[in-house]
Amino acid sequence: MSTPKRVPLPAILLANDLLDGDVVFSTGDGWTRDPSEAVIAYDDPTADKLEAHAKAAFAAQQVVDAYLVDVAIDAQGRPTPRHFRERFKTLGPSNRPDLGKQAVYRAL
Amino acid sequence: MPLLDRSGLKAETFARAENLSDAAGDVIVPWANVQAVLEAGAGNHRLGVDIPNNISIDEILPLVDRLDLISVPFPSFSDGRGFSLAKQLRDRGYRGVLRAQGKLITDQFAYALACGFDEVEPADEVFARQPVEQWLAALTRITNVYQRGYDGAANILDQRRAARAAKAAQVESKEASHV
Amino acid sequence: MYRYDEFDERFVRERVAQFRDQVARRLDGSLSDDEFKPLRLKNGVYLQLHAYMLRIAVPYGTLASRQLRQLALIADRYDRGYGHFTTRQNMQFNWPKLRDVPDILGLLADVEMHCIQTSGNCIRNVTADHFAGVAADELEDPRPTAELIRQWSSLHPEFSYLPRKFKIAVTGAEHDRAAVKVHDIGLRILKHPQTGEIGYEVIVGGGLGRTPLIGKVVRDFLPKDELLAYLEAAMRVYNLEGRRDNKYKARVKILVHEIGVEEFRKRVEEEYAKLNGPSINADPAEVERIAAYFAPPTYEKLPGDSKAYAAQRATNAAFAQWADASVFKHRIPGYAALTISLKTIGEAPGDITSAQMRAVADLAEKYSFDELRVTHMQNVVLPHVKQSDLFAIWNALREAGLAEANVGLVTDIIACPGLDYCALATARSIPIAQAIAKRFQDQQRQRDIGPLGIKISGCINACGHHHVGNIGILGLEKNGVENYQITLGGDATENAAIGDRLGPGIDADEVPDAIERLVDVYLNQRLKDEPFIDTVRRVGVAPFKDAFLAKDSSKTEEAEHAVA
Ligand code: HEM
Ligand code: SF4
Repeated sequence: MSTPKRVPLPAILLANDLLDGDVVFSTGDGWTRDPSEAVIAYDDPTADKLEAHAKAAFAAQQVVDAYLVDVAIDAQGRPTPRHFRERFKTLGPSNRPDLGKQAVYRAL
Repeated sequence: MPLLDRSGLKAETFARAENLSDAAGDVIVPWANVQAVLEAGAGNHRLGVDIPNNISIDEILPLVDRLDLISVPFPSFSDGRGFSLAKQLRDRGYRGVLRAQGKLITDQFAYALACGFDEVEPADEVFARQPVEQWLAALTRITNVYQRGYDGAANILDQRRAARAAKAAQVESKEASHV
Repeated sequence: MYRYDEFDERFVRERVAQFRDQVARRLDGSLSDDEFKPLRLKNGVYLQLHAYMLRIAVPYGTLASRQLRQLALIADRYDRGYGHFTTRQNMQFNWPKLRDVPDILGLLADVEMHCIQTSGNCIRNVTADHFAGVAADELEDPRPTAELIRQWSSLHPEFSYLPRKFKIAVTGAEHDRAAVKVHDIGLRILKHPQTGEIGYEVIVGGGLGRTPLIGKVVRDFLPKDELLAYLEAAMRVYNLEGRRDNKYKARVKILVHEIGVEEFRKRVEEEYAKLNGPSINADPAEVERIAAYFAPPTYEKLPGDSKAYAAQRATNAAFAQWADASVFKHRIPGYAALTISLKTIGEAPGDITSAQMRAVADLAEKYSFDELRVTHMQNVVLPHVKQSDLFAIWNALREAGLAEANVGLVTDIIACPGLDYCALATARSIPIAQAIAKRFQDQQRQRDIGPLGIKISGCINACGHHHVGNIGILGLEKNGVENYQITLGGDATENAAIGDRLGPGIDADEVPDAIERLVDVYLNQRLKDEPFIDTVRRVGVAPFKDAFLAKDSSKTEEAEHAVA
């Protein structure tokens, strides 16, 4: 069931790992720290599935602050959040390119 | 709902009722009805009252001598008004039972007792996650507080003062024995 | 400085164990996320954009070398090799893992430090003048008072679930370096005009955030030994009557504003009259016990201003310029209080690497009686150095990359973490600070402009104090892009004032130009030796507004929205 407030699709679902704090992305049945491995929901049933996954992981004390983020898809098929706030969450501090995900995953 | 004090679970002897006639034995009535109940006479019921937590202490004080129990609500654990109400009630002479009722969590148990509560009636939903062992364990975490007036002489300032006095007395007696 | 006794030691150790247990209960589901959040906040743990953040209390900004070294060790072992000094004299680490926080707290306890009440709706870390014990205009060192309040407010049974956070600042000097008028309670140590007795002026209801307000005096004179009982009365009134229906109206400033300062005063005095003061206040021996820790160090008897220092200044212009910006007059002849700028051009304001921490700790140990101060300007102070040592210190600082000669100048910018770290941010702060600093990096020009405080916040919460910046910058979002509002004329000193907005917000890449236009107006209008803020007061906002609005017409809309 799609909720009226849902962000426009396509979207990915991100959260913070409860114990580590790292930003993590739902793969539908697990979590990845690599934004390019995030499952992209192009339709409501997939988005529903991601939300159900997040809800279960929250209840199981694995993640916190989970929500869907609308994305654009780049030429390589990788998701980039449309809003700059969420984009920073997939990158890291803009003044410290040596830190955060941008230092680990961006060159991929 | 469960009821506990500093030594663990305890039996509930009070029942909540709109009026005394609605229950036998000890009764907690709503604040709105307490005036009328008192006017009619509590008879041999022990009488308690559920007060709202936005009430002024001055409204309760005239009644406290005739109340056996005052129950202060915690609509959410983050609403700390009940702590101040309890402290005021105790400081201004209320000697009956003081109960904290609602969504308190175990980490607030020591604070509640220090402010003058005798017992806690936690919400079922909270108690289901936080069983009585956790409530009792929470009381053992911090041995001493810094604030005077919240837990008798166990506060750090008075202990320091006592240590200073003992030391001074020792010096004095040493000096005396040297004479 | 203060040292823990057996009670303090046990208290902090027990607090560490308590937090460890709270984390365990969060993981096993005993504590819900909603319940755990305030518990972790009361131990300084935030969840930021990329990771957790840990805010460590530096009570009243005083640090010993071994404590700073321990922070360096934590930065290396559990973080990414750096930390950030905040405007509230705390240190923040941006990358700790929740699983490691109990161990970090243990390391902090080893050096008599903690994270107690550095966040949450409770009485926060008490701040004080960073030149406490140093300044010539000081009546009494504010730190014993701050330490007494720190202890009294720690895990307070009654005041740990307040409507909102509560910040207390203390100053003992004429010139207010602790911003007491923009705190929930500000205490100014003063002498009773008739009796000469020492006491406090009590100011309540100041604050920044979305409703900036200057605090009001609720007590002209509070005798010193009545402090804790009076605070208990004031806190109780706030705890009972502060608004809990709307988080944005929950600070005590709103209560004071809504019921009026007279009514607030009356309620506090009524409550105070009913308290049994002697059963609450600390006895004089306890106050003395604490004060003894803050006794001045054993200074050398020096003949006055150092001749060697004068000679070094005369022969080395760069040294002299750095010293002019960095040295604050010490009340002891031959000594100086030295501010180390953490505003190296191009770096994030307030950030310090673990190597720099160690370098600064070494300098404090060698030259400043082992003592350091953190300032609300996000800089560090060596409070008691001999003038004759300044040259050696300067050389060591240059090696550590910490010899920027800009203290108090236009590139000594305060900036909150903003959207580079903060989950509440609406825009970035750090790159704006960096871009402005780059624009004004020329030394001669900075000196020519003179004292000018730029303060930047990445959202309306105002952690960067933008309202009280001579120039304030507030980062917001407009149509999906970062957008910056500029204010003018704010002041955080004893002449506290909230800045006026100059016009509609501008894009990030327009900010350095806009600041430059404002500075140009000042340079054209100033009288001899008149600082920026005085010129603004004298000529008013209008000419600045005109310059601000007169955007360079060559700059068109197609300019990309990218931040420098
Ligand atoms: C990075 C995570 C941070 C978060 C989530 C945060 C959150 C907040 C919030 C919500 C407020 C407004 C509170 C209110 O008015 O009720 C506030 C105010 C404030 N914060 Fe922060 N803050 C953060 C970092 C900082 C830093 C790094 C500093 C210092 C540079 C700081 C210092 C302050 C100060 C001084 C205020 C002043 C406003 C006042 O209390 O009147 N905060 N913060
Ligand atoms: S002002 Fe806003 S963006 Fe800056 S640290 Fe505070 S809450 Fe975060």
